[in-house]
Amino acid sequence: MSIEIQGVSKHIGKFTALDNVDLTVNEGELVALLGPSGSGKTTLLRIIAGLETADQGSIVIDGEQASKRARDRNVGFVFQHYALFRHMSVFENIAFGLRVRPWATRPKNAKIREIVLSLLKLVQLEGLEKRYPSQLSGGQRQRVALARALAIEPKVLLLDEPFGALDARVRQELRRWLRRLHDDLHMTSVFVTHDQEEALEVADRIVVMNHGKIEQIGTPQEVYDHPANPFVYNFLGRVNLFHGRVHNGTVSMGEIKVDSPAPSDQDNVPVVGYVRPHDITIAKSRNGKATIEAKIQHINPVGPIVRVELERLDDRQPIAAEITRDQYYSDSYTVGDLVYVTPTNVGVFLDYDPVI
Amino acid sequence: MAGAPKLNLKQRHTGRSVTKPIWVRIILTLIAIIFLVGFLLLPLLEVFAQAFAGGVATYFATFKDPFVLSAIRLTLLAAAIAVPLNVVFGVAAAWSISKFNFPGKNILITLIDIPFAVSPVIAGLVFLLLFGHQGVLGPWLEAHNWKIVFAPAGIVIATLFVTFPFVARELIPLMQSQGTDEEQAALMLGANGWQMFRRITVPNIKWGLIYGVILCNSRAMGEFGAVYVVSGSIQGVTNTMPLEIETRMENFDFTTAYTLATALAMLALITLIVKTIVEYRSTRLLAEATE
Repeated sequence: MSIEIQGVSKHIGKFTALDNVDLTVNEGELVALLGPSGSGKTTLLRIIAGLETADQGSIVIDGEQASKRARDRNVGFVFQHYALFRHMSVFENIAFGLRVRPWATRPKNAKIREIVLSLLKLVQLEGLEKRYPSQLSGGQRQRVALARALAIEPKVLLLDEPFGALDARVRQELRRWLRRLHDDLHMTSVFVTHDQEEALEVADRIVVMNHGKIEQIGTPQEVYDHPANPFVYNFLGRVNLFHGRVHNGTVSMGEIKVDSPAPSDQDNVPVVGYVRPHDITIAKSRNGKATIEAKIQHINPVGPIVRVELERLDDRQPIAAEITRDQYYSDSYTVGDLVYVTPTNVGVFLDYDPVI
Repeated sequence: MAGAPKLNLKQRHTGRSVTKPIWVRIILTLIAIIFLVGFLLLPLLEVFAQAFAGGVATYFATFKDPFVLSAIRLTLLAAAIAVPLNVVFGVAAAWSISKFNFPGKNILITLIDIPFAVSPVIAGLVFLLLFGHQGVLGPWLEAHNWKIVFAPAGIVIATLFVTFPFVARELIPLMQSQGTDEEQAALMLGANGWQMFRRITVPNIKWGLIYGVILCNSRAMGEFGAVYVVSGSIQGVTNTMPLEIETRMENFDFTTAYTLATALAMLALITLIVKTIVEYRSTRLLAEATE
């Protein structure tokens, strides 16, 4: 069941939390709302849920205008800190949504038991139904919260920073598990996160938000490989900045020249080239190519890739590069070496202060 | 991560940064014990000794005195009205203060504290000036033949006033620390307002509420000053237990005074025991909530 967000705005005092946001989440999709804190992502999620109301705009769920009251929307919501009912056992937590139904539609106790136990099996917590939330680990609480939200057979599932309160290892495990669960259930889901890695790994599509506006919508590959603007470049992973000027459709950044597809209508204006660390190649010799000369400041050889911190000789700006272990060992770089840097895959934007 | 600073906090809480030498601890403990025995236990024992001075039969005969019975009845009545009303008020006030933001919130918090800040005698005086013969509303009340001052109604109103803050004061920090997440979760799961309140809010504040009720009740039964001013001390009509004790003392009827005192003391003791149990539970709950 799809979610359509049409022209939603929200002001909190003088602060603009959401500024005329349009977004369609397709049926069965897992969408991530990604952005820094204060970008409006959580507010948008809570407006979809009905926990907050928009000043303008409308929410359409499954082709119908969403009802005013949160409890009538039939939306599953997983809270950031789970919000499990502390005085209820795991069983009663999951059964809550069924027990509060009007008498006519409330399932019989045996049926409730059946549903709860099957949900516990789904979230891999069989045998823990008598425990209380305080007796569970963070990851277990998260899964109880998910089972509780699924018990009401919601039209859509909303998750607010679902892995925010977990430690790194559990977080990784759980997000892979959530992805698999989504592939099984195919429930339209939206989750909020400020962690780009999490969004890139789990989501079908990513909505990058900043200052109450959507900066870019796309698949993880689209937003990572083709960021729409400097903000997205900066927010999705590390990036190097090369300052230059555009002239006759060619951007000059020192010796490096790149064809400029972006700001072609303006001539001789300052621009910035954005290059990801893994799109930086370094070599020990110039090889006749246009390069930037830099000195190695620091090498971190731990992990599958080797991170090299460089400093340009001309303007002393830092450059971050990532090279393979093979190259690192075959070229045997050490701190203080002079190397020749060539950026590949440069994203060019007009020069202004990136907002982060 | 979020866990790390929390852990430090906990360590600071339980770790003993300052360790006093053993003799300091013994002296401090001794002072506390001597104080408790001298100012609490001895007077209490004296009350019981005096009450039973005339023998067990005399002790129980006291409870057949119609004035004594009337005083007990009025005390129970005042508590029976004041406590439930203050529970309703306290929950409503704590709910609105802890779960919503609205202009004048701080003024409301201050207003709740007024009965704590004002001397009970002055509170009684206020009602006397308001409802008394010379008071603002006095003539109007008399015209309708309603008696408040020097009548049981006045006792109830004065008791209500002085016990006003207990429930609310107890619940506000508890409810603030618990936040509104669980209530919102209940709404998202389809619960209506009443279901949310009964199934989520009430169980979460249960122990705090019971603690508030106990404090409220013991104050309602033991209140003297405010009640004294509006009562006029009419035996059999407007005397509560503390007032009856005072009347008997003035008339040198010490046995009855002490007997009634033991009844009040017993009540206090029971309250104290229940309070200790509840306090243990509610502090644990508060710690859980803030965790």
